[in-house]
Amino acid sequence: MTEPLHSRATTALSPSAADLLCRWVVRQAAAQETWFLDALERLQTSADERALHLFLGQVPRRLGKADLELTPQDLTAAHTVLPGWSPLGWSLDGAARVAGLLTFRGQRPFAALFEDLVRTADARELITLYRGLSFYPEPASLSTLVGAGLRSNMRAVFEAIAHGNPYPRDHFDLHRWNHMVLKALFIGSRLAPIVGIDQRNNPELARILLDYADERWAAGRVVTPELWRCVGPCADALGAYAALQRALTGSPAERLAAGLALSQTDTPSARHLLTSVPETAALIGTGRVGWSNLHHYEAI
Amino acid sequence: MYIDPHAHMVSRTTDDYEAMAAAGVVALIEPAFWVGQPRTFVGTYVDYLSSLVGWERFRAGQFGIRHYCTIGLNSKEANNEALAEGVMEWLPRFAMKEGVVAIGEIGYDEQTPLEEKYFRAQLALAKELALPVMVHTPHRDKKRGTSRSMDVCEEMGLDPSWVVIDHNNEETVRETLDRGYWAGFSIYPSTKMGNARMVELLRHYGGDRIIVDSACDWGISDCLGVAKTARLALASGIDAQVVRQVTYANALCVYGKSGQIHESDWLDPPEIDQRTLYEGNSILRGGREPRIEHPRQAADDLLID
Ligand SMILES: [Zn+2]
Repeated sequence: MTEPLHSRATTALSPSAADLLCRWVVRQAAAQETWFLDALERLQTSADERALHLFLGQVPRRLGKADLELTPQDLTAAHTVLPGWSPLGWSLDGAARVAGLLTFRGQRPFAALFEDLVRTADARELITLYRGLSFYPEPASLSTLVGAGLRSNMRAVFEAIAHGNPYPRDHFDLHRWNHMVLKALFIGSRLAPIVGIDQRNNPELARILLDYADERWAAGRVVTPELWRCVGPCADALGAYAALQRALTGSPAERLAAGLALSQTDTPSARHLLTSVPETAALIGTGRVGWSNLHHYEAI
Repeated sequence: MYIDPHAHMVSRTTDDYEAMAAAGVVALIEPAFWVGQPRTFVGTYVDYLSSLVGWERFRAGQFGIRHYCTIGLNSKEANNEALAEGVMEWLPRFAMKEGVVAIGEIGYDEQTPLEEKYFRAQLALAKELALPVMVHTPHRDKKRGTSRSMDVCEEMGLDPSWVVIDHNNEETVRETLDRGYWAGFSIYPSTKMGNARMVELLRHYGGDRIIVDSACDWGISDCLGVAKTARLALASGIDAQVVRQVTYANALCVYGKSGQIHESDWLDPPEIDQRTLYEGNSILRGGREPRIEHPRQAADDLLID
């Protein structure tokens, strides 16, 4: 990377994630722009981990912790860099820290550096570190460390990996993928923001979720409506119609979710079940209900 | 609304968090300390410091309490030189983490040369990083140990207005205040200070530069030390302004010098900001006066949902 950072931040024609982050940070950095760009310059050339630690510690103090301000064009640009990447919900300091990590050229393999950073990270740093996963050098080498992040009991840390982050879609094996989805349900986290939730769906996951639904019902507990999104495509093979029928008698969101799952399953049994709930079918037919706005209907 | 500026929550249960929140504690400071069992590997100490800036902060946030911490090598473990050397290498990285409001608690236990060595090294670090200091004063030979702690702070060029001398008692408070330091008092049953004695001290000294904390930890201690002292002081006729100083404002003032703790953190938290890991204090949000109450008596409940 020989291109001067200043031009990288503004003019690159097909920008990388680092370019975009750099551009967004500079736009919001006001008086700290020079500090930020100079610091990046040093990170690029010095290979000094102490400089990186110092930079990571200083970023929130220098730039503040505001939300990253993003336009619809920015989101499109992010999607162009890596489909599915959503920087919505990133903070200014988080973007700057990841930009610094992507700019740093160290002596050790990135995974070793990353392990050390995770080991000493505060919660906000953990969230930031995991949000950048897709863009680090040799992302596949971070797999074990990502496993530790997924096991975190801090929901925001889990969601930094699971939500708006293409890394799981691109790098998780089947087992880890399935357990991420299941854990999301267990901790009351949403499925819709998981990148690749439909692409990576699989019969094994559908089976696990159907069992989970039965277990919840047996315990007299509610079943997260989003679950039916993953069961639907395998409903026929799993014999999930009875469960879907039960969901059709649940809360408004459950009814809609079961209805959506059935409407996306083009089988005679699915069509038959849908005709038994004309109101739900009609609402789905308007096209206004989808997996991403299901939760709006929870209180109806 | 209270701040408990000295509480070792890694040793406490969720019942305590609930009770503290219900009693009106909006923020607390957890100093790095001795967990009862000596750590014999640098790595276990590092993981402990990580839990202070990570997990424990999250745990507190779930109960609507803002969690801050101080980072340091405590005096007891400073006597293990190999461990101490290793920990010192990691401290600068932790000292820059979010919510680290001071270097502490550091100082003397048995007043050994190694304790002195690492006390001085950490005072130098605090000065370099522009962080306040929380000094733990020794239980044994307390009066001399406290004077000596302040001597060393001054020799190292620290500004007393950036230093809290903690665990004061009737014998040490005069000198601590006269020399320009903040005087912390730990309301800790039987070994440190009871709250009736504390009230008498407030009557005598007023509220300037005096800070009340619970120092609750793995020993027999009371996580409601601050709230109960405030109540007792008010009931004993201590001016409400003084009570507010010693149970809230003074701690905010001195640890606020770190730039890492602001009243707005709990008075005006973002409505939705998952990065703060903070669930909000429903009692304050609901506009009701916080009151002291015991946590739900789980043992008496027949139903477990
Ligand atoms: Zn302590």
